[in-house]
Order: sequence, then C-alpha cells, then structure tokens
Amino acid sequence: MAVITTALSIATEGAPNPGEVVAASGTFTLTALLIAIPLASAALLLLLGRRADRWGHLLGTLAAAASAVLGVVLLVAMMGQPEDARTIGQSLWTWIDVGSFTADVALQLDPLSISFVLLITIVGTLIHVYSIGYMAHDPDRRRFFAYLNLFIAAMLLLVLADNYLLLYVGWEGVGLASYLLIGFWYRKPSAATAAKKAFVVNRVGDVGLSLAIMIMFATMGTFTFSGVNEAIGSVDPDTTTWLGLALLLAACGKSAQFPLQSWLLDAMEGPTPVSALIHAATMVTAGVYLIVRSNAIFDLTETAQLAVVVVGTITLLMGAIIGTAKDDIKKGLAGSTMSQIGYMVLAAGLGPAGYVFAIFHLLTHGMFKAGLFLGAGSVMHGMNDDVNMRHYGALRAVMTITWATFGLGFLAIIGIPPFAGFWSKDEIIKVAFAVHPVAGVAALLGAGVTAFYMTRMMAMTFHGKARWEPDVHPHESPAVMTVPMMVLALGSVFGGLVLLFVGNIEEWLAPVVGFEKAEPGIPVPLLIGLTMAVVVVGAVIGWRQYAMREVPRMAPTQVSWATRAARADLYGDAVNEAVFMRPGQYLTRTLVWTDNKVIDGAVNGTAAGIGGLSARSRRWQSGYVRSYALSMLLGAVVIGAVLALVRFA
Amino acid sequence: MSALATLAPVVAAGPIGVEPNTGETVTFWICATLAVLGGLGMVLSRKAVHSALFIALTMINLAVLYVAQDALFLGMVQVIVYTGAVMMLFVFVLMVVGVDASDSLVETLRGQRLLAGIAFVGFLGLLLAGVANAFDGIPFVGLTEANAAQGTNVQGIGALIFTRYLLAFEVTSALLITAAVGAMVLTHRERIRPRKSQAELSTERFTPGRHPVNKPSPGVYARNNAVSMPALLPDGSTAEESVPGPLRVRGDAGQADLLALEEAEHLAHHEAITVEDTAGAGPGGRADRSADRDAAGEEVRP
Amino acid sequence: MNPTNYLVLSAILFSIGAAGVLVRRNAIVVFMCVELMLNASNLAFVTFARTNGTLDGQVVAFFVMVVAAAEVVVGLAIIVTIFRTRNSASVDEPNLLRL
Repeated sequence: MAVITTALSIATEGAPNPGEVVAASGTFTLTALLIAIPLASAALLLLLGRRADRWGHLLGTLAAAASAVLGVVLLVAMMGQPEDARTIGQSLWTWIDVGSFTADVALQLDPLSISFVLLITIVGTLIHVYSIGYMAHDPDRRRFFAYLNLFIAAMLLLVLADNYLLLYVGWEGVGLASYLLIGFWYRKPSAATAAKKAFVVNRVGDVGLSLAIMIMFATMGTFTFSGVNEAIGSVDPDTTTWLGLALLLAACGKSAQFPLQSWLLDAMEGPTPVSALIHAATMVTAGVYLIVRSNAIFDLTETAQLAVVVVGTITLLMGAIIGTAKDDIKKGLAGSTMSQIGYMVLAAGLGPAGYVFAIFHLLTHGMFKAGLFLGAGSVMHGMNDDVNMRHYGALRAVMTITWATFGLGFLAIIGIPPFAGFWSKDEIIKVAFAVHPVAGVAALLGAGVTAFYMTRMMAMTFHGKARWEPDVHPHESPAVMTVPMMVLALGSVFGGLVLLFVGNIEEWLAPVVGFEKAEPGIPVPLLIGLTMAVVVVGAVIGWRQYAMREVPRMAPTQVSWATRAARADLYGDAVNEAVFMRPGQYLTRTLVWTDNKVIDGAVNGTAAGIGGLSARSRRWQSGYVRSYALSMLLGAVVIGAVLALVRFA
Repeated sequence: MSALATLAPVVAAGPIGVEPNTGETVTFWICATLAVLGGLGMVLSRKAVHSALFIALTMINLAVLYVAQDALFLGMVQVIVYTGAVMMLFVFVLMVVGVDASDSLVETLRGQRLLAGIAFVGFLGLLLAGVANAFDGIPFVGLTEANAAQGTNVQGIGALIFTRYLLAFEVTSALLITAAVGAMVLTHRERIRPRKSQAELSTERFTPGRHPVNKPSPGVYARNNAVSMPALLPDGSTAEESVPGPLRVRGDAGQADLLALEEAEHLAHHEAITVEDTAGAGPGGRADRSADRDAAGEEVRP
Repeated sequence: MNPTNYLVLSAILFSIGAAGVLVRRNAIVVFMCVELMLNASNLAFVTFARTNGTLDGQVVAFFVMVVAAAEVVVGLAIIVTIFRTRNSASVDEPNLLRL
C-alpha cells in the first residue's frame, strides 16, 4: 500500500458531498413514469397473450421509446437545475412499515442515475427496434418484447431506487428478466441450462447484496443511499470492510466478474438482442453501478477497494484471454464484455479518481458493445444463425453496412482515437497507473489483447477468404436492423467526445460520486503513446494471423496449453465443478442416501414394526367376550403360578 | 372370633380330625359325584334346557352338602332360592329366548377349546395344590358350639347378620332393589311407534317374504293327523310351515307318511287308488314302494 | 371327613364352571356356569366356617347368594334385551366390543 500511496498525487478535494435530496416537483414528478410505462407494457403483453401477437412488438418498442423520451426530458430538466440541487427524491409510498423498520418505495434521480436511465432507455429502444427485424420470424416475438420491457422496467428501478432494498428489487428483477431471456428458446436444452446457470450464479452474488443490506440495517438502521452515506463514517472500519466485500460479491455475480464469471459466456444462448442489451450494455454493468453508488462505503475501506481492483484486473485479463480463443462470435464478444467490465470495476476500485471513468467507460462501452453485438446478430442473421467465425470470412462485400458499423465499434473498443473507447479506456489506464501501477500495467496489456482478439474477430468475419457453409447465402439485414446499428455506430464514434467535452462528464457526475484528479507517475503523453503502441501491436498480430493467412475451417486441435485453457474459459467451469458442484453432488447423494436409508428406514421401519405389531396384536382384540375371559383366566393362572413359585420355590 | 378362642383348647386336646363320621362320608361321596357329574353335564350338553336341569342337580347336591356341614339355613336357602327361584328364572328366560338357542358343536374361535383346556387344568392344578398345601392335616373345628351359642344355626346366622354384618345386609337390600328396577328398565319396551292400524297390518302381510294367509295346518293329507306331521302340498312336497316352530327347531317334526306321499302322487297324476295297489304291497310293502319310487327317479323328500 | 375333600370338590366345580364360561356360547349357559362358580365358592365358604368353628363363613355365603340372585336378575334381563335386538343369545354374536 505504501508504494501505492506514494504513487498517488491526488488533488486534495474533500469527500464528495452528495448534496441535499430535493423533493421531486414539476417535471421530476414524472420519474416514476420511467419505470411504470415499460412495466405496464410488459404486464399488458404478458396478460393479453396471443391477442397481442400482432402489435405486441410495436407496443413494446413504443414503451421503451416513451421512457427514452421521458429520460431526455428529465435530463434537460436536470441540466436546468443548479449543480447542488440535482439529486431529486420522489417518495411513492411506504412499502414496509414494521416497528422501527420502514422502507419506502422512493426514487432518486441524480446525475448518476440519469446517465444510466439514458443509456438503458436509448440503447434499449434501439435494440427494441432491431429486435423487430431480428425476431420477425419467431412465433414468440410478443413474449420476447414483454420480457425486454420487463427488463427495462427492472433495470430502471435498479438505477432509480433511493435505497438498497428497492435496488435489490430491481436487481432481482433484472436477474429474472435475464433468466427469462437467456432461456427464451427454452425448448433448447442448452438455453434452458444456461438460463439456470445464470440464475444460480447470480444467486451467489445476491447473497452478497442481501448480506450487505442486512449489515447496513444492523449497524446503521437505514439503507437509503443518503442515510448510509451520512452514517457510514461512524461505523466500525471492519464492518465497513465486510460491507464493501459483500457489495463486491454482489457486483461480481451480476457483472460476471471473477470468480462468478462463468455464467456470462453461456448466457449467449439467448437471442442476440438480449446479449446486446442485457449481457453487454446494461444489466452486467449493474455491479459497477452498485460499487460506484456505494462510493461512500468503498472510500472508507482500502481493503475492499483493493479487492475490487484485484477482481477487476483479473477479470479484464481473463476475459481478454478467453476472447482470443473463441470461435463463436458471440462468446468472443462475451469474453470481451467481461474484460471491459473488468476495466470498469478496476476503475471503480480506484476511489474518487476512478468512479467517473468507470461510469464513463460504462456508457461508451454500452454504445459500442451493443453496436458490436447487433453487428454480430446481423451477421448471424445473414448466415443462418451460424455463430462459428471459422465459417465466416469475406463478408465485407455482402454486408457493407454491418461491416461499417461493426468496424466503427471495433475501432471504438480497441481504443483508437477519437473513437469512444479511446477516451474512456485511456482515462482508466491513466488513473490505474496513478493509483495501482500493477493494475495499470495489466490494463495496458489488456488493451493489447483486446486489440488482438477484436482484430481477429473482424478479420475472421469480414475479411480473408469466404469459408461459408454450402447452403448459406449471406445478405445484408433489413433497415429495421441496420438503422439501430448505425445509430450505435455513431455513438461509438462520437460518444466519447460528446460525453467528455460536451457533456463534461467529470463535472456532471462529481456531485454524486466525487472526483479527484489523479496523475500517473509517468507523463501522460508517454502513457498514451505506450497504450497506442500496445494496441497497434496487438491489432497487427491479429491481422497478420487471421487476415493475411488462411484460417482453417476446423479449429486446430494441436494447440498450446494456453489456447486450450482459453478455449476452456480458463477452466472457470472446471473449477466450479470441482470445487462446488462435485462435492455438492456427493453431499446431496450422501444426504439422499442417508435420507432414504437411515431416516426413511428408521421412520418406515418404525411404522412397519408398529404396523406388524398391531396386525399381530389386533388378533388379540377379537371382540369376542370369550377370548377376553380366556385371557383373564390364563392371566390368573399365570399370576397364581408365579406367586406359587415365588412362595414355595 | 371369640368362638374360635373358646374352641381352641378342644382343638388342641383332641386328635387330628374329629371322629370319622361314616354317614357324612357316604353322603359326601354320593353328592360330590353327582355334583361333579351335574357340572360336567351342564357344560357338555348341547341344549340349554338340559344344562339348566344339570345345574339344578348340582345345586341340590350342594344343598345336601351344606346341610351335612351344619349349614342348615344355607342348605334350605340353596334349595328355595337357587334351585327354586333362580333356576325357574333361567328356565323362563330360556322359554323367552327360545328352545332353539342351542350351541353348535363347532368352535368358531381358533384355539379357544385347547387354551380353555389348558387354563382349566392349570387353574384346577393351582387350586388343588393350594388346598392341599394349606389344609393338609387341618381338621374341622365343627359348628356345634357356634350354633349352640345362639340356640340354632338360623338364630346364629340371624344374630350375625343383624349385628356384625348389618351394614352389608342393608347394602344388600339396596342392591336387590336396584337389580329389580334395573331388570325392569332393561326389559321394558317403550312404544315408540303408534300402534299399527288394521290397514297397515294387512299391507304388511302382503309384503314379499310374508305369508299372507293362514299357514297350512299339519297333516291335512297325512293319514297320521298328529301336529308333528307336516302337511302335503298338491305337488307332493311337504309344507314345512305346517309344523309348529318349536317342534321343527327341536327336530321333532315327523317325516311325512310315505304312504301319504304316494297317495298324493297318485292324486297328482289323476290315478285312482286301486285296492290292488295297497293289497299287493302287504304289510312289508313300504320298503318295496320306496324302492319303486327310487327306480322311478323320484327324489325322496325328507 | 376333613376340609380338603370339600375344598377339592369346590375347586373342581369352580374350574368346571370357569371352563364352561370359556367354552359355551349360549349366554344363558354361560350364566349357569357363573352360577356354578358362585356355588363352588359358597361350598368353600361353608367349609371354611366349619373349619374355623364360626358362622361368619355361612353369612358370607348367604350374601354371595343374594348378590348372585341380583346378578342373575340383571344378567338375564340383559340377555333378553340383547335377544330382542339381535335375535340371538350367543355371546359371540353381540361382539359389540369390536369396532
């Protein structure tokens, strides 16, 4: 830690003052509608059933769009407020009122949540539009849109809640929506299994969140954000650390961070728009939101912060390495998502210097990764839902728009200036070098690996020679799909610039999460240059390997152990199986055996014994008076005989 | 107990046992044998009436034995109350319940007889062993003195009943009253339904399973007109209902006269009864005729 | 004569009565067997009275007779009642003790 502190050169600003919560009035009273509209739409679509099949997708899209418009209105209204009055609270009703325990359904709109609201609603709307085309031939399209709306509502509840308990509701809501959407094609066993896996792994993380909420209530008696921020200072440091670690566990589950990362790759079984919206742009970033939202807690506990940094660093490298070995385009992107969220978590662990950039990267990533996923979906759409990149190649000519949008996303993610990813990722690397140089180096390396696997993906999909399956006739997707991709491509290009220079995101978020400028130990231009060099090297290697040379249609089997490990998701599943599943199975088997043989045996044996005994003794109770008289006389004889024996023998 | 004290010197002085009394010995052995026979007969006879008679025999013998043991009053009471009143009551009840209330010889409870036998032997063995053990060499003190104390046996018992056992005696009276009332309550039948009208009775008479008209009187077609002879129906079968119930259940119903049966058969076939038929048969003709009937394939009706 | 003779007779009669209770099914006969047992005990009482030289045994026997008479009255009334409802005097038939 000493090294780290010396490397710090933090501008000495006070801890962020979250500012007074202003009661909602005027435009801000519409906040609740943000959630209510998609929720009502979801309920309507689910309750009406087949009757809504014809127009269900339109209603769903309209609901998302309405939320998006409302979000923009609220943003404008918020920008009109003075800087210290941008935290708006809206208490809807008292939810739980038991003795000293009260929980309100109350919303809090502040610069942090409005950023998320806009990301969720706008990207969500685009993906709704895209899904109209993508799911056009699916008989269950209405159900799909209902789930999407449900997700939007739950995610908005998550980011708009003013306390951890209500956040937990949203947290579980998005978990449910994620489960339903991963398992959307539930007739496919792999999809059903993947949904279950995502749910179970998320549940592990949820334990962390519920523990955190319980700790909060036990130590502070409150779990509203403002209340916790105020009271956290007087809490025992150890408790604060445990609280931070519990929140980190929750974030790991939801954001697929090490060691709970295994579900995200399998979650790609869901339809591609789902992967784009939930498993790339929004839901998986909820963990980052949680950490950033709990900045008051993490600022007070270095141990938990360090844990966050470690988790983020490990995951960003793991995700990147996994991404290099995947032939499944969606799984490659999923590894990339893990890696990018690793960046965000890393940034969130860097304290006030990093929160803003965690959110910044989250927003830009939301745009370009959604664009990339939609591009992948468009490619799959043209390739008969084949996801194997070894069957792609040379698609640039037939899918020009997809190529272009995917390419812009590609440039954004590998961090080429002035695309969106450059600004956010570069800032994170910078701050990481300032606070934790080791993590900074890892982030730098990660950028190189990112460049490699994204170049590999780009090259294998759009360049080189065509390796199409015989009966595949690639074609460009319809406009309803390409337009959202184009919009997101615009975001990939300008998102970073706009947020940083027009939106001034640092100042925008500072009132909520605080901001301290951190200077790395090495000069910034040098660092940027270094990053660029690493990225270019990664990209060039990738290009040489996959665009210049022939890509085999079958994945090579004679590969190094590193490739095998990466293909096996770095043995995440194997570890889970060995450490948790097998012992659990043995435990259950033993318990089942014990239950069947020992407990049931004892119970059934007792019952059988008593039954047998009764069946035998029942014969004594024949109901015949003479039998009873006989037993009385025999008894008298026996007693008399015994007495005689005792007396005379 | 004072009596015992006064007799103690006599017991101590006298030889073991009083002077052998030949008369009592003879009485005992005769009566004891009869009593045991009566008991066995009661248990073993099938018919309840026989049982009642056997136990009456036992009771009378016991009365004799009471008298032989200087219990004159009890002997009389035994005869009057038991053999007279109680056994009368038994017989009355038997009459009510029906003479057909006889046990079948088949034991329905498995092992009941065997176990009862074991219990019988075991219990008897215990009693005998106990008696032999406790009374070995103990003589009779005799009641001569005790009876003489109040004058006679009856007076002695009366003195005891009205002094020492007065409370028990009074309680006994309550018991007897209770028993009398209880018996009345138990056997009393409340009329809970209105008396049946004549219309209802005649409707009932025509319900299936009932006999709507008078039952046939016995022996209509029989040459023997005794009540135990069943009537013959036109088709030659016997009318079981024509014999009174008690006779039937006792098995006393006679066989319909085979000759009458034959007669009925002839009537059924519109054949005149010729003189030759009966004359040819002769005195020993009954067996021949029944052989004929068997040859004709006719079923012999009981 | 000595008491043993009478007591042995009493024991035999009592056991016969007991066996009869177990073996016979006609309730009236069962009652007779019970009466036989009571009589056997009476004989024992009378013998005891003579053995002891007091009249107390005879008084007890007298009371036994009274009680037996009462018992017979009630018992036969019960038999008649059961016979009326069940049309049978067998002790196996009214196995009301069985559910």
